[in-house]
Amino acid sequence: MCRLAAVTSSDYVSPMEPVLALETMKEGHDGSGLGLTLKDLGGEFEKLKSYPILSGICSTKGMETLEGFMKKAGFKLKHQWNPKVKPRKGIEARDFYFATAYDYPASYKHKSLSEKEDLLLNTRLSLRRIGEADQSIFVFSFYPDVITLKEVGDPLETAEFFGLDKDTLKAKIILAQGRQNTNYAIYLYACHPFFIQGFSTMTNGENTAFVPIREFLMGRGLPGYIGYNSDSEVFTHILHYTVRQLGFPLHYYKDVITPMKDNEISQRKDADALRLIKQSMRQLCIDGPNMVIGFTPDGTCFMVQDSKKLRPGVVGGLKGKYGLMSEECGLDSLIPKRDRAKDIFPMKYDMVIVTPEAKEVKVWNQLQGRV
Amino acid sequence: MESTARAGIDYRANHALTIKEFPYIIRWRDDRCKRCGSCTAVCPVRAIVPAVRVQRVVSSEGATPTPTAKRRVVHVVEQVNDMERYCTGCSVCALVCPNEAIYPEFNPQNKFLHYKNKGGEGYKRGGRRNDPSISTLDRIKFTRISMLTDPALDAGRHEFRVRTYLGRILSPDRLPLSVQGDMLQVDRGKDIFIPPVREIYPIMIGSMSVGALSPPMWEGLAMGVTYLNEIEKMPVVMCSGEGGMPPRLLRSRFLKYFVIQIASGYFGWDEIIHALPNMVEDPAGIEIKYGQGAKPGDGGLLMAQKVLKLIAGIRGVPMYVDLASPPTHQTKYSIEEAVAKMIQSMSMAWGFRVPVYPKISGTKTARAVLNNLARNPYAAALSIDGEDGGTGAAYNVSMDKMGHPIASNLRDCYLDLVKQGKQNELPLIAAGGVGKKGNLAANAAALIMLGASAVSIGKYIMQAAAECLGDEYNRCNLCNTGKCPRGITTQDPKLYRRLDSAKVAERVVEVFKAADVELKKIFAPMGRSTELPIGMSDGLSIDDKAMADRLEINYAC
Repeated sequence: MCRLAAVTSSDYVSPMEPVLALETMKEGHDGSGLGLTLKDLGGEFEKLKSYPILSGICSTKGMETLEGFMKKAGFKLKHQWNPKVKPRKGIEARDFYFATAYDYPASYKHKSLSEKEDLLLNTRLSLRRIGEADQSIFVFSFYPDVITLKEVGDPLETAEFFGLDKDTLKAKIILAQGRQNTNYAIYLYACHPFFIQGFSTMTNGENTAFVPIREFLMGRGLPGYIGYNSDSEVFTHILHYTVRQLGFPLHYYKDVITPMKDNEISQRKDADALRLIKQSMRQLCIDGPNMVIGFTPDGTCFMVQDSKKLRPGVVGGLKGKYGLMSEECGLDSLIPKRDRAKDIFPMKYDMVIVTPEAKEVKVWNQLQGRV
Repeated sequence: MESTARAGIDYRANHALTIKEFPYIIRWRDDRCKRCGSCTAVCPVRAIVPAVRVQRVVSSEGATPTPTAKRRVVHVVEQVNDMERYCTGCSVCALVCPNEAIYPEFNPQNKFLHYKNKGGEGYKRGGRRNDPSISTLDRIKFTRISMLTDPALDAGRHEFRVRTYLGRILSPDRLPLSVQGDMLQVDRGKDIFIPPVREIYPIMIGSMSVGALSPPMWEGLAMGVTYLNEIEKMPVVMCSGEGGMPPRLLRSRFLKYFVIQIASGYFGWDEIIHALPNMVEDPAGIEIKYGQGAKPGDGGLLMAQKVLKLIAGIRGVPMYVDLASPPTHQTKYSIEEAVAKMIQSMSMAWGFRVPVYPKISGTKTARAVLNNLARNPYAAALSIDGEDGGTGAAYNVSMDKMGHPIASNLRDCYLDLVKQGKQNELPLIAAGGVGKKGNLAANAAALIMLGASAVSIGKYIMQAAAECLGDEYNRCNLCNTGKCPRGITTQDPKLYRRLDSAKVAERVVEVFKAADVELKKIFAPMGRSTELPIGMSDGLSIDDKAMADRLEINYAC
């Protein structure tokens, strides 16, 4: 089972905090990797919030290709951060790890955010296509104020390998995932958290409905719905499709992935709409066992369970700093001074929503359709 | 001729068939038979007759052996060697025999088809394809079992929702929804047609007409379906077949459990149209039959002997005339225009409140039909009937050799929809051979995971609910003659009185309840419970590499 640790805070937090929380959940062998997605960045990126940041890994040859491609596409280098890599036994260092902020091409300066988002997505996909066959380029995210880091190895050692314990890199929202060793071939594109146009999620559990969901998403005609090296990537894309593409309020994500029975739907004020959603998005229903943690572009974080709550999950903290964890010991590590009695263990109808800047925690109830 | 005569066979005997040419050979035991005559009286084809023979009997009486030969007249049961009265192997003789003195035995060396064409007329029969081999559906296994990394569900404890949709489903981006506050509401002002959709049980009872079926059989199915809906809360629907429906049922609240079929003969539709203003419920759907898996390219046929008063009344025709539906709808000349018009006309008749969908026979061209329907916003589904489907009457050659297996046909269509992103918009209903060997739930689940939204059954329910005798060795298969020994496909009161409609209904309920449990037993270990695993092809495997490649599923051995 994957270990998941997310933090959302009004202050900037070091990525080591959720990584150490992951460490408390460690049981047995775990060398399959670490994934980190940081949003609302501090440190050296604090003043670069409007510039898209390309995060990834390159070989020397890949870096040349990438630089040439970005230059040709009209992106101007604004700032580059590279982790100060400290070799660790068992972690094979690659040539370049990078998070590079660019200025948009001149023709995009005055375009809408949506058009800019499409440009960023298409650019990331092009780079992925160019570098995937020979594994010379891996790109995980290309979006303003977001950095993604991934590598194979023990999660804590990987964080130290990246030098995060000494780095000034900080963020207000961090998703951290340590993969247990249940996957046979470890591939960087299969590593959570997944990201698309401001939406990110990570999941534990296996997705038994993966193939129908993947086929449905790939039929939506959106270029970003590709990859699926992990059955969990669809959770991010369902979120993106529901909220960005269809314009549904966030809590409908829960209604899409775990639709209720008809007699339960009848009790909701939006029953007519729910019935149509249940029919039209039938293929996007997950059957668990899954717990999903994610964030949306406005900085809202959430946690949802499958319809039978077959995986653990807990949310807790203090005003201004909340943790969303797959196990409570992670929360104890991240925010030890909280009131544990107020910890929330979302059940099958619940969606825990933490508002931006960790101001408020709400439990939206699917049966009642309200907080 | 002379040499034949020398061998003791005259030309008449030489042109007669030996009993070894026949598909079934009657095994009769003289020593067990009490000459009650039950078997010869009940034989639907008069393949056995009581006969009188002279026998030489040697007997000995007294203290010392004194064998004495006597000639005496004995009564026997004989199989006739007339191909028009061949033994069909139905075994009703064995059923009525009080002493287990008689039964038919299948003769694999028979040359039946060489001779069953007297008068230049091809062999006609009812039933199913005579192919006892294991079907593709029966070779498919469910091999993605949730183990440790994802806990399996518990079929007995967890909640399952084994339901599907019948009707055109809008793509999510076309839903007429608007955000009000933080809530979505249906925006009626958007002027988007929301097609009618029924939530149904994924196993449907396929189209078998009043007429093809006897009154107690059709009534038994209808009662069973109603019970399942009203008492068991399982929304099983049943298709009327071509030939209308009992007038009182059309005007009853139970109509909602039935899909009404219209086929090329339009039989029964006068009554249906007249009942329209008095209908208190809409039907579950309208099925437009363009083809039938068992006999593609062949029309329907209800033979004169089955057109009795009740049937003639419902169908609006005179009694005792052959009722042939043409192979094609005579008004249909193009799918682009005419089929679309028919779908729209039927939709309009019920105010666009009823899903209307075509049924075709399995064919290599199914994808062309599908792609046309995918572009028609009023087409509610596509039902594809594979070659293993059954029929009440057809030429043997049509049944045995025409048609397309359902597995790859269905899979091709589903993958075509996937390419277009429309796999959830146009439900596919698969039929033809579901439960051929009795594995109803497994066959249904396999088709669902290959991409079907629902499956349809016919022969299976006739066998399971009314003990139909037919099999893939041409056993019985007398549906066309009106002489069904079980009373299932006959209009002869003497025969159908044998069938108890309440018993049929009871069995229908049992069959569906058992299938429901079995479906859960399949879905639970695969970790699926909330939605039907339509297109979950990663869960399937087959032990043949070519089949695996063709169906785009795993090969496992």
